Parts: sequence; C-alpha cells; structure tokens
Amino acid sequence: MKIAVCIKRVPDMEVRFSIAADRKSLDQAGLKYDMSDFDGYALEVALQLAEKQGPGEVVLVCLGPDGVQETLRKGLAMGAARAVQLKADAVPVDGLAIARALAAELKDGGYDLILFGRMATDTASGTVGPMVAELLDLPCVTAISHLELANGRGTARRDLEGAAETVTFPLPAVLSIDEGIARARLATLKGIMAAKKKPLEVRPAALGDVFLTVEAMALPPERSGPRFMGEGVDAVPELVRRLRTEAKVL
Amino acid sequence: MAATFAFAEARGGQLRKVAFETVTAARQAADASGGGEVHALLLGAPGIAAHAEALGRYGADLVVVVEHPALERYSPEVFSATAAARLRAGQYRAGFFSASAEGRDLAPRVAARLGVALASDVTAFELQGDAVLAQHPAYTGKVIVTLRLAGTPALVSLRPGALTAAEQPRTARVETAAPAVDPASARVVVTDLVRQTGVMLDLGEAPVIVSGGRGLRAAEHFSLVEDLAAAFGNAAVGATRAVTDDGWRPPTDQIGQTGRVVSPDLYVAVGISGAIQHLAGMRTARTIVAINKDKDAPIFKLADYGIVGDLFEILPRLTDEVRKARGGQ
Repeated sequence: MKIAVCIKRVPDMEVRFSIAADRKSLDQAGLKYDMSDFDGYALEVALQLAEKQGPGEVVLVCLGPDGVQETLRKGLAMGAARAVQLKADAVPVDGLAIARALAAELKDGGYDLILFGRMATDTASGTVGPMVAELLDLPCVTAISHLELANGRGTARRDLEGAAETVTFPLPAVLSIDEGIARARLATLKGIMAAKKKPLEVRPAALGDVFLTVEAMALPPERSGPRFMGEGVDAVPELVRRLRTEAKVL
Repeated sequence: MAATFAFAEARGGQLRKVAFETVTAARQAADASGGGEVHALLLGAPGIAAHAEALGRYGADLVVVVEHPALERYSPEVFSATAAARLRAGQYRAGFFSASAEGRDLAPRVAARLGVALASDVTAFELQGDAVLAQHPAYTGKVIVTLRLAGTPALVSLRPGALTAAEQPRTARVETAAPAVDPASARVVVTDLVRQTGVMLDLGEAPVIVSGGRGLRAAEHFSLVEDLAAAFGNAAVGATRAVTDDGWRPPTDQIGQTGRVVSPDLYVAVGISGAIQHLAGMRTARTIVAINKDKDAPIFKLADYGIVGDLFEILPRLTDEVRKARGGQ
C-alpha cells in the first residue's frame, strides 16, 4: 500500500504573536515551528496502515521554504520512507494554490491513499485536502475519527455537530484525519539516525494563480477586562441582573 | 446586477440555523452592492421544498430546490457538483456557505471545481470594489487575518453563529432543479447518520453554551452544568479538552482549537482556567461569563463578567436565579 501524507509546518501557538512592520505577516522573532498536530495523526495512521497492510511506502509531502526540511526529517524519523519538499518562498494563504501544487506532485504517484490532517493548526481552514481530491477527481472523506480498510474499500466515521456519519468509499482516496484516531508516535533515536539517510527531494512548487491574499493582519482588540468581577455566591444576583439589563442575554 | 448565492444547509428534513445565517450574509452582501438578488440553494429529500418560504423570510429572492430521495443525507459529490453547477450558471459575485461540519467539507470542493478563492471560517466580511474582504481568526484566534478574495464568485464560509440571522421578509420564488450528477453514481456514500442521544441543543445552534472544565473535579458534577443549561432553556453543554480526554464528556462536546469552534450569544465557562486551546474555540462568543476559584485564571482576561469562588456553591444559586429571571419574563 502506497500512502502519501501531506504535512504542514506551523508555529508553536503557545506564544504571544506580534505583527511585522508590513502589517500583513507575523513577526518571526521567537517563533518555533513544528509539524501541525493533525498532520502527525495522519502520519501515524499511514504508518500503522503500512505496517498492517503489508509491503508499502509512506511518502511525506510538504510545501514551503527550506525550513520545512526539518519537519520532513522529523516525519522520516517517525518512519516515513521518503520525503518531497515543494519549494516556495512562503506558504500562500490561498488553499487552492497549495492544492494545485500538491495535486501536480501526487497525480502520477500511484498512491492508494493521500492523507491530510483535518486542518493546519495555524490557519485552521482545512480546505487543501478536499481541494486536492477534487483536482485529482478522487473520492474524499474529511475529518474522520475512525477508519477501516478491506478489499479496496474503506469505511470511515465523521463526527458532525450532534451526530456521527458512517461513510464508505473506494480506494484510491483522499482522507483528512481528525484527532482521536491515533496518537502520533515519538521518533526513536534509531529513527532519527536513519532519517538522515532517507531521500528528501526538493522540487519547485507549481502554485499557479493566486486569488486569495492577506490584506492585513492584526491582533484581536484587547478585551478591556471584565465589566463586573464578583466574589463568591453573593455576587450571583448582581451577575444575573447585569446579564439581563446590560448584556441582554436573559 | 450580479446576484449573490447562499447555500442553505438542512439536516433530517429541517433547515439548520446556519442556513438563515448564510442567507442573511448574502442579503447583506447584495444590499451593500446596490441590492441584487439573493439565490439560495436547498438540497434534500422530497418535502424539503416546504422550507423554501422560510429562506425568503431572511431575504432570499429565489430558492433553487433540489429534491431527491438519496439527498436525505449529505452526499459530498452530489452536493458539490450541484452547488458548483448553480454557481457557474448564475454568474454570482459571491457565494456563502457555513463553516459547519458539512460546509467545511462542501465549500472547498466547490471552490476547487470552480477554480475560485475560498475564505474559510469567516467572522466578518465587506465588499470593496470588485473584491471581497473577509476576516478570519487564525493562530488559535490570536491573530485576525483579513483576506482579499479576487475573482468571481468569491466563496466565503461563515463561522456558525458569528453573524446573527436577521429577517428581511420577501416572498421567494421557488425553482426546482435536478442534481447535477446522478446520486447513484456517487463513490462516497453516507450509509448511516446517528444522532447523539440526550443532547438538548447542538453546540452550533444554541444561543447559550454552558461549558465545564477540570474545576468540576468529576464527571458526575457535570449535572450542575446541565442544570444551569436547562435553566437557560436555550443552552447546550460544552467541555474542555481535558474533560473530554478524561472521558467525563463525549469527544463531540469538546470546544476548542481541536474541537468545536463556537460563537454563541452567551458563553458560561465553569471551572475552566482558559488554556489557549480552549480559548481558540470560544473567543468570539459575544458575552463571556467565567466562574473560577483562581482569580488569576487566564479566562478572566477574556471574560465580560466573572465570579471568583467555589463553583459548587455558585452554580446552584446561579441556576436558581436564572430560572427565576426566565420565569419572570
């Protein structure tokens, strides 16, 4: 079974972000980058399938500047066989441009499955996976929390608002992986050593036209702090009064 | 004048709240650009056409209804082909979807089929000349990105609840259409849809959400949260990731970066300290109430109203007072 896993390198969110002087990008100072969480789950799913389903290959694909090579090496250390960097100066915000570049790379790869994380944790859009599927005219199920494969077909579960869907599909297919399906494994020292020798190809990303751009970035308005802070059970009547008269939610 | 498109989401033969939000957004976009028509697309099993009138109440001039027995459940291929065909035929300036579970699957497929820009999980938008500007909270809501969409139709998926559905009644014309592809040919098939039992209101639909965190100390104490939600009468129950990871609540209750992203009118955070993962899921709520024993908890920085103290004393009293306030209306 041949599986591609498309991953994204994203900044660690546990920081106070600041906006660069151009007002449309992040100040890079102090940002640490790593593989997006959901992509880690997708890679884990791929590795487990490859182990279970017999001979196969897990290939990582990542679009971005040379900094993404570190993230690809991490995925190789977890167990992927080889990696492809689709080189671009920056990752565009236009999901369709990214999808076009990925689709061009994946088109003739002979993959049984193409996996994505449900969304990247930075932009939280989740658009690239289903877009790639449409461009390649492949069946696609997004945000799955359970997966079974048998006889060239798959069954997946999607959690919706207040409901869960069971979905069936034929292979080859594109899937995006929600959390809860698998915990990403940690790379072993042996894996890290082996990763250094695994192939990492670099090709230019064929992004094409871009119709979605960043106009501006800003920090959300600082909340001025609570309009009312009470202490203990005696503050309840005043809270309820304000919810009724001030916030008008009662 | 170019018309504006809205996808009207239905489930189980009923319109969802987000359907009124997308129609409202399309109405606002149309009016801001001189008042073109709003066309809503509604897919479902036979009988769904009965809901077209309701979409007119929120400002749809035309409702295109596609009825087919196989469309009782969402079909990604049939829905995306049909929406794309309609958008292609109608020469729309903009199209609005919801960033609901269904919309997050549907909108990117439609954008790829049309080769147009899509801004996802949008909380506000405006038209500027030929372009659409859309605000999208990114980086766990810590950064507001304004996106520029060039080309037509510009597609936008709206964060559920971020925009309040507003009535603008008109009598909608109804047009029937066939699915753009034969539902029997779909490769991806939803074979089963199981509703969660015991859920009062869905998190995406509820105007009020009462959410609990580790401060509740045990699964059984969530009855206090449920009681408060019941007192509001229009509330759903949410939880933090710590709580769903521990199995106190089902994973589908999780609010946060990796769970549900919500924008209710009122969010009551009970025993929640305010990890960024959680704040990412509820930061855009209109009014936030926090109840926590630690006065330095980060949730209080975001809250509009706070009470520091023992939630086991405060919650029963709050439930009482809310019940009284609601009863007095």
